[in-house]
Amino acid sequence: MPTHWGAAVVRIIEWFGELGLFCAEVTRAMFLPPYEGAEFARQLDTLGAKSLALAALAGAATGVVLALETHESLSRFGARALLPALLMVSMVKESGPIITALIVSGRVAAGIGAELGAMKVTEQIDAMEASAVDPYGFLAATRVSACVVMLPLLTLVADFCGIFAGWITCTMTEPISLQLFLNEGVKYATFSDFLPPTLKTAVFGGIIGIVSCFQGMRAKGGTEGVERAATSSVVCSSLLIVLTDVLLVKLIEVIFA
Amino acid sequence: MSEKDNAAAESEGKPIQVEGLRKSFGEQRVLTGIHLEAGRGETVSVLGQSGTGKSVLLKLMIGLERADSGSIRIHGKEVTGLRRQEWKELRKRMGFLFQGAALYDSLTVEENVSFPLERHSRLTRAERNKRTRELLAMVGMEREGDKLPGQISGGMQKRVGLARALALEPDILLCDEPTAGLDPITAAEIDALILKMQEERNVTSIVVTHDLPSARTISDRLALLRDGRILIEGSFEELEDSEDPFVAQFLHRES
Repeated sequence: MPTHWGAAVVRIIEWFGELGLFCAEVTRAMFLPPYEGAEFARQLDTLGAKSLALAALAGAATGVVLALETHESLSRFGARALLPALLMVSMVKESGPIITALIVSGRVAAGIGAELGAMKVTEQIDAMEASAVDPYGFLAATRVSACVVMLPLLTLVADFCGIFAGWITCTMTEPISLQLFLNEGVKYATFSDFLPPTLKTAVFGGIIGIVSCFQGMRAKGGTEGVERAATSSVVCSSLLIVLTDVLLVKLIEVIFA
Repeated sequence: MSEKDNAAAESEGKPIQVEGLRKSFGEQRVLTGIHLEAGRGETVSVLGQSGTGKSVLLKLMIGLERADSGSIRIHGKEVTGLRRQEWKELRKRMGFLFQGAALYDSLTVEENVSFPLERHSRLTRAERNKRTRELLAMVGMEREGDKLPGQISGGMQKRVGLARALALEPDILLCDEPTAGLDPITAAEIDALILKMQEERNVTSIVVTHDLPSARTISDRLALLRDGRILIEGSFEELEDSEDPFVAQFLHRES
């Protein structure tokens, strides 16, 4: 049993080591020419714009759940007037960013892992390299950059939909105008409640892009390898997002306290 | 080696020179000391049983795999220790036809062929389109330009793969099983295209194949690989005259 555990630990260390080298290659490709502008724009559309409906729906559902749950709790303590503020702060500060990151991770990481995995096992990535085109630049850097740019934007959409859906939910039990709802909400919100949590999703985007490109570009062994690449992309990126969130929440708290 | 030495070696030497090349994957020793040369405009076919490292040899020549030891000189330049950027320049002068064609499945046939041109040539869009159409016409695929790779047959994919490999007018062409899985007529068409490249552009080719009639048609020389080494090298007739039992067994398809 100890040998088994030892081998597993070695594999994990190797994985992180290879991921580190991969990050270095992608970062180099990102800042050195040639810049693949057209492919980057295509990825903004594929990874970002096409996740818009998903992010909006997930945000709205979260807003409804938060409104229902907090309404009940606050009513118990006679603090129903705080509902808009609580909904807004919790949506913008944590629920919106993490829900968006996990939802987008499910869609985008699986897509990138499967696409690049299929390209790897059918030698398309080798063909690209043989054509003197750097796959780290053309495939990985463009996808990682698109994820980094699009995730904060998708989070804003999810936040907006969450707050709007929360307002609609509130008006069903206690009519309140949208303007008053928003005014009450922002009364207690500060700069550090909004901007840092939104921008931290760029880090989540980077994690989704890097992990899924890495898993895809090292896929081996036909259809099974593609399936493994897609699944592990989602699992690893989701897990890393949750773990990184713990660190980022603390970091934001320390810096903006 | 200095730039001047490289230039001198390029003008005098053979475009492809492989010496003492070794490659292992873990415990499995695939190539155990390969010596192979190909002169300008020459086509050398590499034969051998499945799993003897023929494809690995091609991938080593274009830097998709790293050699454990030995030397590979392309146009006189030692390539075994080249960095990514140096490979990039060299690869623009080389074409590679993959066994499964390896076309980019999200791009159309036309986009696949123009992909290297878009990145490495200074042609205008109109010139690029013209050149792409010429390449597709050369392989008889000019009417399939708008289709995706999944919508055309395996033989057609091979032809498009060949057009893409030739897009930058390489002086070295590496072909991995160009006729594998094709019917005899399509295989003969691929052979004719390789011969045409040899005649018209004086392209140096290394062709890995199991297809003996094809190897006989297109090759100036053949090399038979066994146990990670080249067992015998020469013309088809010289191989046929060999008294080595394995050579006879291989050429006459005996079990």
